[in-house]
Amino acid sequence: MEWTSYIGPLLEGAWVTVQLTAYSTVLGAFFAFAFGIGKLSRNWAVKGIAIAFIEVFRGTSLLVQLFWLYFALPLLGQALGVDLRLPPVVAGTLALSLNIGAYGAEVVRGAIQAVPRSQLEAAKALDFSARQTLWRISLPQAIPEMMPSLGNLAIQNLKDTALVSLISLGDLAFRAEQIRNFTQDSVTVYTLLLFMYFGMALVLTAIMKLLERSVGRWRAGRS
Amino acid sequence: MLFGIEWDTSGNWAFAASIFPILLKGLWVTLQATAVGFLVAAALGLLLAVLKASPLRIIAWPARLITEFLRDTPLLVQLFFLYYVLPEYGIVLPAFLTGALALGVQYSAYMSEVYRAGIESVAHGQTEAARALDLPAPRIFRAVVLPQAIPRIIPAMGNYLVSIMKDVPVLSVVSILEMLNVAKIIGDRTFNYLIPLSMVGGLYLILTLCAAAAIRQLDLRLPKRGIPLR
Repeated sequence: MEWTSYIGPLLEGAWVTVQLTAYSTVLGAFFAFAFGIGKLSRNWAVKGIAIAFIEVFRGTSLLVQLFWLYFALPLLGQALGVDLRLPPVVAGTLALSLNIGAYGAEVVRGAIQAVPRSQLEAAKALDFSARQTLWRISLPQAIPEMMPSLGNLAIQNLKDTALVSLISLGDLAFRAEQIRNFTQDSVTVYTLLLFMYFGMALVLTAIMKLLERSVGRWRAGRS
Repeated sequence: MLFGIEWDTSGNWAFAASIFPILLKGLWVTLQATAVGFLVAAALGLLLAVLKASPLRIIAWPARLITEFLRDTPLLVQLFFLYYVLPEYGIVLPAFLTGALALGVQYSAYMSEVYRAGIESVAHGQTEAARALDLPAPRIFRAVVLPQAIPRIIPAMGNYLVSIMKDVPVLSVVSILEMLNVAKIIGDRTFNYLIPLSMVGGLYLILTLCAAAAIRQLDLRLPKRGIPLR
């Protein structure tokens, strides 16, 4: 078999990887903001839940989380009498986004806390409510600061998607493994695979850089 | 039965208690892989950092490209690459060493950035003074830069040590019996995944929380003496 014939199936797998990265990065960003802001809440219940979430998903391995959602959760559902069987796509997306969301939450929290105090005092002096201060003062200044770290996390997430091949989701790594089993041509398949992931990471880096530049204008007016 | 230890499926608690020693055997493998992986990462990372700091562009440039490449490709794929491709060139390593090597290779890229930041944090005046004293460049690096850079990078290295530990389960794909793989096997044979996998999650959580506390303590106690801060 010519190595060019690998390209077709690999590209199919790459498309799954791209979709998975996109879904889990977007969902992960949502979790990151929800729990990052939650950790700064004055309500102890909200704060407690956010801290517990962040510690659990940062403190355990992604593969453990993935296996837990895929293999253990259905059994928990059985014990409780509910159907919690997740299709691989859902389990994969959920595990990836919860994991990356927990890391992102710390980034979000750090950036919000780094907004100068004088800004918050000014907002208070102008009689902004807590919600207005968050949405109009803190977040617009914090988001440009968090972008470089969130960019790194997006790359991390892209790399982590390779693990979903272990719950038999047909992503890029899974397709490569199939081709290798079929042809035994490890050198070509894995070299191609490494460069495809590298290429995707470069594209994702470029996208994150563009995003970083576009939110960078919110920085204006910062003292 | 695994590692010669039987499990007891008479009840949930009995089952959990009976598989605990089996999981601890897996944990021991996890810790070994973490340690070897970390040592490889620390050594390779230093090499990459030194190459990247080279004034010769023909050396610095490829080193930078390699770092970027290692950092942007998944551990799983690097592991498969080493596991299946090295033997084709006559290098046959035991699975454990291949796995630890893959961890080391992936994290050497991150580690090299840690070293670079540490090296850059040593004030320029120090190297200039050493050069004025006519010390040869390798000696400046070994006797002036490194001793001051290393204490500053220890917390960051500690964080990567924890990350490596969390990535060890990936090695289960080359059939290394680390903790998660052990739990998975128990689940496969007893059809009870919930208890072993939850226990592995709990053990990981305990380990990482302890490690984080230890790193914080270390950070507080590191001697700042003799390290001029700008």
